Amino acid sequence: MMHASQQPGSSPHTHTGRSTARVMQLVLLATLPGIAALVFYFGWGVLINLLLASLTAIVAEAAILKLRQKPVGFYLKDYSALVTAVLLAVALPPLAPWWLVVTGTLFAIVIAKHLYGGLGYNPFNPAMVGYVVLLISFPVEMTRWLTPATILDSGANLPGLSQSLALVFTSSPALDGLWDGISGATPLDLFKHNSGQLVEQFYQGEVLFSEGRWAGVGWEWVNLGFLAGGIFLLWQRIFTWHAPVAMLAMLLLLALIFHDGGSSHSLGSPALHLLSGATMLGAFFIVTDPVTSATSNFGRLIYGALIGLLVYIIRAWGSYPDAVAFAVLLANFAAPFVDYYTLPRSYGHERRRRATEQQE
Amino acid sequence: MTADQATKIASITIHEPVIHKTPGGIHPPDNKQQSLQRGLGIAPLPEKLVLPLNQHSGAPATPIVAVGDTVLKGQKIAEPSGSVSAAVHAPTSGTVTAIGLHPVAHPSGMNAPCITIESDGKEQWCQRNPVSNFTSQSPQTLLASIRDAGIAGLGGAGFPSHIKLSAADNGQAIDTLIINATECEPYITADDQLMRSYPQQVVTGIQILAHILGQPQRILIGIEDNKPQACDALQPHLQSTGIQLAKFPTKYPSGGEKQLIQILTGKELPNGRLPADMGIVCQNIGTVHAIYRAIVEGTPLISRITTITGDACAEPQNLETLIGTPMRHLLEHCGYQAQAGQPVVMGGPMMGFALTDLDAPAIKTTNCLLAPSTAEMPPQPPAQPCIRCGLCAEACPANLLPQQLLWHAQARNHQRLQSHNLFDCIECGACAYVCPSHIPLVQHYRAAKAELRQAARERIKSDRARERFEYNKQRKQQAEAEKAAKREARRIAAEQAKATLAKTHAQQEQTPTEQASDVVQAALQQVAAKQASPEQQRAKLERSVNSAESRLQRLEKKLAEGQAESSDAPLSEEQVSGYQAQIESARLKLTETQQKLKEFNNGQQTNLEDKVTAKVLASPKQTADKKVASLQKRLTGIEEKLAACDDDDLRQALENSASKFRSKLQDAQQEASALAANSGNDKPVTDPATVAATQQALAANKQKAPLTPQQQVERLQQRMQKAEERLATLSDPVQIDALQTSLANLQQKLADAQRALENP
Ligand code: SF4
Ligand code: SF4
Repeated sequence: MMHASQQPGSSPHTHTGRSTARVMQLVLLATLPGIAALVFYFGWGVLINLLLASLTAIVAEAAILKLRQKPVGFYLKDYSALVTAVLLAVALPPLAPWWLVVTGTLFAIVIAKHLYGGLGYNPFNPAMVGYVVLLISFPVEMTRWLTPATILDSGANLPGLSQSLALVFTSSPALDGLWDGISGATPLDLFKHNSGQLVEQFYQGEVLFSEGRWAGVGWEWVNLGFLAGGIFLLWQRIFTWHAPVAMLAMLLLLALIFHDGGSSHSLGSPALHLLSGATMLGAFFIVTDPVTSATSNFGRLIYGALIGLLVYIIRAWGSYPDAVAFAVLLANFAAPFVDYYTLPRSYGHERRRRATEQQE
Repeated sequence: MTADQATKIASITIHEPVIHKTPGGIHPPDNKQQSLQRGLGIAPLPEKLVLPLNQHSGAPATPIVAVGDTVLKGQKIAEPSGSVSAAVHAPTSGTVTAIGLHPVAHPSGMNAPCITIESDGKEQWCQRNPVSNFTSQSPQTLLASIRDAGIAGLGGAGFPSHIKLSAADNGQAIDTLIINATECEPYITADDQLMRSYPQQVVTGIQILAHILGQPQRILIGIEDNKPQACDALQPHLQSTGIQLAKFPTKYPSGGEKQLIQILTGKELPNGRLPADMGIVCQNIGTVHAIYRAIVEGTPLISRITTITGDACAEPQNLETLIGTPMRHLLEHCGYQAQAGQPVVMGGPMMGFALTDLDAPAIKTTNCLLAPSTAEMPPQPPAQPCIRCGLCAEACPANLLPQQLLWHAQARNHQRLQSHNLFDCIECGACAYVCPSHIPLVQHYRAAKAELRQAARERIKSDRARERFEYNKQRKQQAEAEKAAKREARRIAAEQAKATLAKTHAQQEQTPTEQASDVVQAALQQVAAKQASPEQQRAKLERSVNSAESRLQRLEKKLAEGQAESSDAPLSEEQVSGYQAQIESARLKLTETQQKLKEFNNGQQTNLEDKVTAKVLASPKQTADKKVASLQKRLTGIEEKLAACDDDDLRQALENSASKFRSKLQDAQQEASALAANSGNDKPVTDPATVAATQQALAANKQKAPLTPQQQVERLQQRMQKAEERLATLSDPVQIDALQTSLANLQQKLADAQRALENP
């Protein structure tokens, strides 16, 4: 399909027909495999998070657009708020209290996106800003993950819909007992507490690892789900391979070096680093956020590698088990700097320029 | 790589041209089939043909016909003015009915000077001079024929073809001739149709080019793989010609000259260079065919193939179209039904522009008229914010960062725009085509480019103003010192003058009748001396007009060469505005000199007598006052010009003459005041004897004035000899040019005078 240009006389007069809204829809579509895995292993909580975040995002977006005197319908239809909400929601622990989700989403949309000028102008990834704010302010709620459904103790079950809603919206002590049965650490969290055992030994002692194939029950499938979505988006040419591949390659490289053959000093296997935590979600849905990344392909290689490096450093030697959000925000800081040095070499020019250079 | 491998690869290239990859590009639906269904048609002869004087890049042509003239098909009706210009020919026989402004095809929808011809329907040809064996002709002769045929690039920019083709003639070694048959824009099939219909002619045309360029080693026809039929048509004619067909995958914009060079040679055209600098000449296949016709058939460029397509046309087709045919006429022939709000685009959907007036005529560069239906090209939705998705950068063939360019264009950050190479953007539209936020990126870039150009112009102006200011300051200090010295000298001179004047006046009073004719003689001589001979004066004025003209032409040529899109070594912004400033001042100078010449020609008859009579009959005091007044007037005139002028050379000249006038004025004022002090002298000459004598002397002078033809011839011969002597000593091409022009003028005059001598 083609479109005549808005102003007659200005070329080109045609268009691919792919709109920003369509791009966002495809991104949403691509999250589905990952979400399916999350729901399978962690139940209703995931969906409740998604719903809460989406509603909050849409209401907040509409309200702030109105405040900024922008055409609400026009901007809402770009789906960007929804994408932010979904990406934040899948990163939050299922069955988190409702206010946690709402606060994080509000922060992402109102502060991180619109206070910086709205879509296209925000220097930091809004979902990651929301996530980090929550992590710092509410560390307890943010680190209370669930045990994957397949390895719950016999007799324990993931709560049904009504129980889940009760857990999310009320905090009566009566439900505390329920929590005890289902909460559990994430693989990265767990691994951080390995003190001096060989990796193989440690894995044997933990159901999460011994029942899993590569990187912990459930988590590996969640990551593979997001990887599949990412490959779909690559195939759809929604983004280029540079940033995600650079990030994963850097992570893999460092994991190979410091895995140390699974010794007692091991900092985790490559599989653990690639297939647990928010690695794949980060690589294909956060790092590829075009607004906040570097611009040129070469710049995106550097940007991605930087995130891989930071993720590993924080995971291995920092005090947080996972690190994608921090790493992304730090790299967001660095993006303009990366851009400065990575202008592509234009046709007919001998070399790339600096962004402020005048003549060759 | 070993030498062996190298030769192997080299020998492979001879058989199968290597195709190199280029960055970016897009694959829009090509929509070419529609217009290829019906073969090549012929647009019926319209009643009226409108021929813009500027269908090419460079200076508009100059009409050489007048309203009411009858013209024959193929007759030249406008001459190129300057070297970067192209002639215009009558596409059919008929009568010139108008020469003036008419709507033309231009993005701004402007009107431009055109010649309108009403056809008589007879299609009567003028005398043509076909060349049966072009190899017997020298490249120079062929180039002259091409120039004479008004051929300007048919591919888009319309750059006069003989200029590109003179590369070899100018001493540049050309080893590669690339024929651009890419036609990468969707919808357009004019070149495709051309190759299918006239393969042999096209190949002969290429051989003509090769001959002109001194037989380059490699001759490649660059063609996209979506034209198999055209390839099949060409193939049999290429046997043992050394011309290779280089097929490559379809991708927009492979047909850009820079991109095509990269595809076929693997090399990039270095920034700021012309293809000829790399030993490459590129010509569009349509141009090649026009050259074939010009040489082999002796037919100037009066028709071309135009694609009429789009869903708003019931019968899309390629038409052999006479240049000058109104677009409406072409569209209607193809069953065009106007759709509300839908534009008709001249050119393709990627780089064409919407026509504002369908009465505009088809010109040499009209390769396509695209009339899309609403379903085909629905109005574009409003732009959304840039999400920096980078799709645009992926698509950019010039390896730019369109999203950053947009950002900096919106922020008006000129420095960043330049460091991001805004001026390497070829406005292909690939970025805007893929942008999911529907941002009219190209429009932003065009505006930003215009803004940068403007800023560069202003910067030059302010630099000049500063230099001027500093120069003036320095000059003023110098002048102060000089003035003090001069004032002293003048005071002494004035005193002497006062004494002499008093004496003369006393004599006058005593013997007015005897003195009168002497006075008249003296005055006449004085005026005549001051004016030099009118002829000399005219010659001088003509010389300056000529030199101003040739300077202007030279500058315009340079600018046009540098700016022409097809030149691909665009001048830098500074250079362009530098040239523009120079052109402006040259133009100013030209009008000024022309004006002077005109005034001179008008005033020459009466001036002399009036001046003399008034001078003799006025009292000395009146004379002095008049002189002061006239000097003052002229000085103000110069000062006004000075204020308005911003060319340094001109300014300096003006300043010099202003200071001359100033000192003259001072002298005259002193004289006048001296006379006023000596008030007895202030008496007009009323004595009848003096008046009579004056008139007599004038009459005599009048009789003397016209030269006999014999004298004229002699004088002209003298002048020519002098001019020729001078010519031998000159080295500055500008001056030589000017002198040569005036020599030609003199020759003309001499011939006239001789004719007058023979048949009195
Ligand atoms: S394609 Fe459009 S939205 Fe995407 S980066 Fe380029 S300008 Fe921005
Ligand atoms: S219009 Fe300019 S910036 Fe856009 S793709 Fe073409 S060359 Fe690149």
